[in-house]
Amino acid sequence: MAGLRFRAGRRFGTLAGLIGLCLLLWILTPHFLTVANALNVMEQTSINAIVAVGMTYVIISGGIDLSVGSLLALSGVVLAEALKGGWPAPFAVAASFGVGAAAGLANGLGIALGRLPPFIMTLGMMSVARGAALLVTDGRPVSGFSSGFRSLATGHALGVPSPIVFTLAIYAVAALVLSRTRFGRYVYGIGGNEEATRLSGVEVRFHKMIVYGVSGLTSAIAALLLTARLNSAQPIAGINYELDAIAATVIGGTSLTGGEGSLGGTMVGALIMGVLRNGLNLLGVSSFLQQLVIGAVIIAAVLVDLMLKEKRA
Amino acid sequence: MNSVSVLRMHGIRKSFPGVVALDGVDFTLRAGEVHVLLGENGAGKSTLMKILSGAYRRDAGEIAIDGRPVTIGSPRDAQALGIATIYQELSLVPQLTVAENILLGHEPSRAGWIDRRRLEDDARRSLRDAGLDIDPRRRVDRLGIAEQQMVEVAKALFRRARVIVMDEPTSALTALEIDRLFGAIRRVTAAGVAVVYISHRMRELTEIGDRVTVLRDGRHVGTFSLSEVSTADLVRLMANRDVRDHFPRRRGAIGEELLRIDHVCGPPGVAAVHDVSLVVRRGEIVGLAGLMGAGRTELARIIIGADPPSAGHVMLEGRRVPSSSPRRAIRAGIGFLPEDRKRHGLVMTLSVCENIGLPNLARWSRGGLVSRRAERAEADRWVGELRIKTPHAGERVVRLSGGTQQKVVLARSLAADAKLFVMDEPTRGVDVGAKVEIYELMNRLTDAGAGILMISSELPEVLGMSDRIYVMRRGRIEAEYDASAASEERVLQAALGLAC
Repeated sequence: MAGLRFRAGRRFGTLAGLIGLCLLLWILTPHFLTVANALNVMEQTSINAIVAVGMTYVIISGGIDLSVGSLLALSGVVLAEALKGGWPAPFAVAASFGVGAAAGLANGLGIALGRLPPFIMTLGMMSVARGAALLVTDGRPVSGFSSGFRSLATGHALGVPSPIVFTLAIYAVAALVLSRTRFGRYVYGIGGNEEATRLSGVEVRFHKMIVYGVSGLTSAIAALLLTARLNSAQPIAGINYELDAIAATVIGGTSLTGGEGSLGGTMVGALIMGVLRNGLNLLGVSSFLQQLVIGAVIIAAVLVDLMLKEKRA
Repeated sequence: MNSVSVLRMHGIRKSFPGVVALDGVDFTLRAGEVHVLLGENGAGKSTLMKILSGAYRRDAGEIAIDGRPVTIGSPRDAQALGIATIYQELSLVPQLTVAENILLGHEPSRAGWIDRRRLEDDARRSLRDAGLDIDPRRRVDRLGIAEQQMVEVAKALFRRARVIVMDEPTSALTALEIDRLFGAIRRVTAAGVAVVYISHRMRELTEIGDRVTVLRDGRHVGTFSLSEVSTADLVRLMANRDVRDHFPRRRGAIGEELLRIDHVCGPPGVAAVHDVSLVVRRGEIVGLAGLMGAGRTELARIIIGADPPSAGHVMLEGRRVPSSSPRRAIRAGIGFLPEDRKRHGLVMTLSVCENIGLPNLARWSRGGLVSRRAERAEADRWVGELRIKTPHAGERVVRLSGGTQQKVVLARSLAADAKLFVMDEPTRGVDVGAKVEIYELMNRLTDAGAGILMISSELPEVLGMSDRIYVMRRGRIEAEYDASAASEERVLQAALGLAC
């Protein structure tokens, strides 16, 4: 389908950027292109990549979700407290996912029914969820879980670290939903032209709510991996994660005006951010300078994308 | 009143792709007169005034002010030449005061600081010149629409305007406000300013106007003194055409009642719908004529479930259609071609196939997943059937022409098994070839037993394609005609509120 071909074409530009970046780092430092380092980069990228799944849904639908970092922290501490309280792991995970999805749906409720601008609703939720996470834990980290639980993040499958396996599985499912289900199609429709989609008989408000629910859910999944990896849940976890997720999504070619974008692009965008951080570390660039470089790369990537788009139009 | 001509427009031509909007129009304006510009929708009034105000550039012709030829290349040029235009949507900044608005861009200042006293004095003087008693320190958003319009007049006077163009200035005013506005107009014309007055309200025209110029199909029909022509003459001059032959309407058998609207009232607003009842039968094209702002689109939006009615209901095939749900209206069998395809019709970022799919995906899914094959097969079928000119069904609609996009919207309703089609200006922005194709499709739909409610501002189209015609005016049904009994003149009279 040309629509899909077009989206793939867009992704190709970003992919070329990723490959170019890798080649450059390969030349600059011999440590970069090793299997160990490659797995390391992907593992470190996994959290941002998973949060960016929900962000991609939200941005394609024409919205924004600033609360993902706080929702990650809240779902993380709910999970940790439940485990500490002696809940069986599956129940604890279900409770954590439930809290993340419910908070996301609350965002959707305010946006779809209350007609609040997504920026405002999720900005408020960012503070509400953060406050709730601090209240639940009294501001202290919750640490020390069973090794079985920790193996969720520290284990391997066929030699591949499990966070990578998780990430790939989530992307596979989420991409299928986005491209092959009615809900996915409506996400594109709502972002491309909300009124035309409504007049075509689509229950726009309902689907918008679900979109934010998905975003809350992916934040909770990321929280699960982060908690298992660190063997600790922090109420102050996930600060600024919304910015990384937005950056990955936008670098990946998803339009901030909605209606266009793909998860493949987002994954490449997340990898670009991860590779860049890793490479700058390997090169011994100070963390202060790293921030500056990453910011500049985000701006440059979107600028190039816009110029390519104009040329095509 | 002297009779020096301040403005002469001669042989003005302007064409847009596919249409000649103005074909050698002459227009002369004398100092101190109120000159009415009259014509149907699309006769060229707005285009002519946009050329005068610098919004459009003319293709050919001359414009002279005080006998000197001038070039008006931009709204700035027009302002510098003393031409002010007051549009229906006012161009005041609501949060600023009356004085700040009048002097916007010309604020008197001392050492870089705005001199408030002079600002207010200057504004007060302009207000007095227009005969207005408004406190210049009031915020504009606290004023009524009539007062805002008069502030615009004062603003024009401050800018030393010699020509003021007013486009439908009274459409939102009460009788009392109209009197006040006319008072202001008389004051400025007494001071030698010329006013071009565009309106469809015939009674007002004879009250305020001195002369009238009638346009029709982009041509100058005539200029008269309003004291020497009757309203009936003017209507005849505006219409006077016989173009029915160009429309390929095949009138077939008309079946039983399909759509019935009972005493529908619309959401409050400028063009609110009041107590409208109408019927569309199978195999019938019903035209809905009227001037812009008569409430036709608002009625259409109620029928398709986009807006809730405040009273009354819509019935399809004898069953009540649940109100204010586009989804349920579609399910009941109502299809819609919106006036503004880009805003209300299509998702431009999606493909032909995906747009056709939007209301229909439930039927084309299996096990929760959209069946690409079913979707593609349906889309291909409609692309073939309606001869949608696209390289393939996966092409993004943004790349297609206006007429082709219109067919995609139609295909979507057809795929959803619509029985009744509400078409709002179905051929607007569509080239001539595609127009004929759309008329042909309308014929095929009615042959197959569908009903069509067609809103159109093009009278020839309404007369040429409809089996029956309703005329709306100010939110109400003003008249109903059988196609055989209707003429442009009669429909126009009803639309203008002159039918007896």
